[in-house]
Amino acid sequence: MTTRFLGLALTLATLVGVSSVQAEEMNIPAPDFTLESRHGENLRLQDFRGEVVMLNFWASWCGPCRQEMPLMDDLYAQYKDLGFTILAVNVDENRDEAHRFLDKVPVSYPILYDPQSDVSEQYEVQAMPTTVMIDRDGNARFLHHGYQPGYEDEYETQIRQLVRE
Amino acid sequence: MAVTDRAGFLSALVTGLVGWLLLSQLATAATLPVDNVDVLYHRYEGGGMVIDGPSVLVRKSVGPQVSVSGQYYVDMVSAASVDVVALASEYTEERTEYTLGVDYLHEDSILSLGYTNSSENDYEANTVYFSASQEFFGGMSTVTLGYARGQDEVGVRGDESFSEDADRQNYQLGLSQVMTRNSLLGVDLEVVTDEGYLQNPYRRNRYIDPDAQRGFSYQLERYPETRTSFSVATRALYYLPYRASIRGEFRYFSDSWGIDAQTFELAYVHALNPRWTLEGRARYYVQDEADFYSDLYAFENSQTHLARDKEMSAFSGTTLGGGVVYEWKQTSLPGIQRLQASLLVDWLDFSYDNFRDVTASGDFLPGQEPLYSFDAFVTRASLILEY
Amino acid sequence: MNPFKAVMASAIVILMTVGAAGCSDIKPWVKPYERDKLADPVMSLSRHGKADSYMHHVYQARESARGAEGGSGGGCGCN
Repeated sequence: MTTRFLGLALTLATLVGVSSVQAEEMNIPAPDFTLESRHGENLRLQDFRGEVVMLNFWASWCGPCRQEMPLMDDLYAQYKDLGFTILAVNVDENRDEAHRFLDKVPVSYPILYDPQSDVSEQYEVQAMPTTVMIDRDGNARFLHHGYQPGYEDEYETQIRQLVRE
Repeated sequence: MAVTDRAGFLSALVTGLVGWLLLSQLATAATLPVDNVDVLYHRYEGGGMVIDGPSVLVRKSVGPQVSVSGQYYVDMVSAASVDVVALASEYTEERTEYTLGVDYLHEDSILSLGYTNSSENDYEANTVYFSASQEFFGGMSTVTLGYARGQDEVGVRGDESFSEDADRQNYQLGLSQVMTRNSLLGVDLEVVTDEGYLQNPYRRNRYIDPDAQRGFSYQLERYPETRTSFSVATRALYYLPYRASIRGEFRYFSDSWGIDAQTFELAYVHALNPRWTLEGRARYYVQDEADFYSDLYAFENSQTHLARDKEMSAFSGTTLGGGVVYEWKQTSLPGIQRLQASLLVDWLDFSYDNFRDVTASGDFLPGQEPLYSFDAFVTRASLILEY
Repeated sequence: MNPFKAVMASAIVILMTVGAAGCSDIKPWVKPYERDKLADPVMSLSRHGKADSYMHHVYQARESARGAEGGSGGGCGCN
């Protein structure tokens, strides 16, 4: 009887004890890339030097992505005049899926298409969604794995910090 | 003794495994189940019985880490199954079940706790359930551990003084593994131990009685007071390029009453367009009888344990089913993010190898009655609204 | 060997292999951004919600076999 409950208590303790990293700090050059945007023209990351870039990887089939996008849209509206932009890289193989999604979850920030996952691989994306905060010098400064309610506050804090640099 | 031995063994094993796994690479995070309302109308019709009713589940997240759910379920039974009909008259009965659950997301694991109460006029069941689920290896693997504890009270309609207990413990271990971009593999193990009054107080078994009018007489059932069962199942899912999938499942079951069973299942899902999906499934189940089972005993009180429950006999069951599912993603309905309506119909066909139909018309010598078989239709109409 | 213990031993081997893969140089070969097919509802192990658990109950009430019915995992693997 005691063996059973002890075993389960230990299991619980070990599970709760494990922590994993959701947000990392760093200072390394963000790899450059060029992708087609929603409006048709190609956008290159390097062209955004001088601006703070929030690089976000998302997909139409990703639930947490759907949650964070309206909140990201709010941040975009709030800070875009201070030299901030969002580049949302969509990884759907089929562009129609992304369009159907955007019809229902409209956002005003730039959407880029990465159907072959070239840029996702380049950035070694480890979770969906993934957000990279890039400063005005083109260096990746913060990395977020996934999205849980509350992350948008962290995003805002980091944007405010990078915008002031 | 064997009961505690296996249960203790499994707990220790499971603890060791989880501890070992967690020493490995950092786990990735997971997501809580989405907020939804799940309404189901269920109906079973066959073998002289109709059992139908509603099921309503509501799930809501409370903050970013907690999700709570509540379910209300009713079975309304009219008529009775063959082994009770032979002795008793028809009846209607209602079984009501309430479940409360909470899921907690902590970093990379989801811990779930649930309580279910099932109540009918002659049976009360209470179950507590706990599980822990963890994703690791880049989200490709999910390990789930579960433990459930049930305490039941068995009663008899019309006999206020009759009250017996039956206790139950379930130990579950599951592994789900993403194999390729297009396929998934799952393995599940479960050990169940029961203790107490494990028989049905209404059922009787029969023995050859030359003095009786029909040539046989009835006596009380007498089951063992413990039961340990073990089952292991494996399932594989494969994605077909035109937005379809095929699933195969096999389950092996064995218990301390001598029952061995195998279940085979094949299912095919086909998306016609982004909104409509068709599906079909086939299932084959086969089991052999319990050691102490007999349709007709040679004489009264012939062995320690006696059972004539057809569930303990040797039989096979075939199911053929199909369904249609309508899904509306990102709906235009206010507050509803996704809508899913399903209509599923299954035809079940059971045929018994050593359980005979004593209600069959005609003059049969005891033990010469035709073998029993029956079929049933199960209908499920469900609506899931995610908000 | 007792069949119960035999299957337990196999389970240990399977799970340890998976765990070992996590420790060693083997990297997850299906990337998080490649989970589109797995996230598709047609690939869900339990798409119909409570309708699926009801069906397990239908069988459990008529068959002796019980257990090992569930399954979670697969899907989008988000977060």
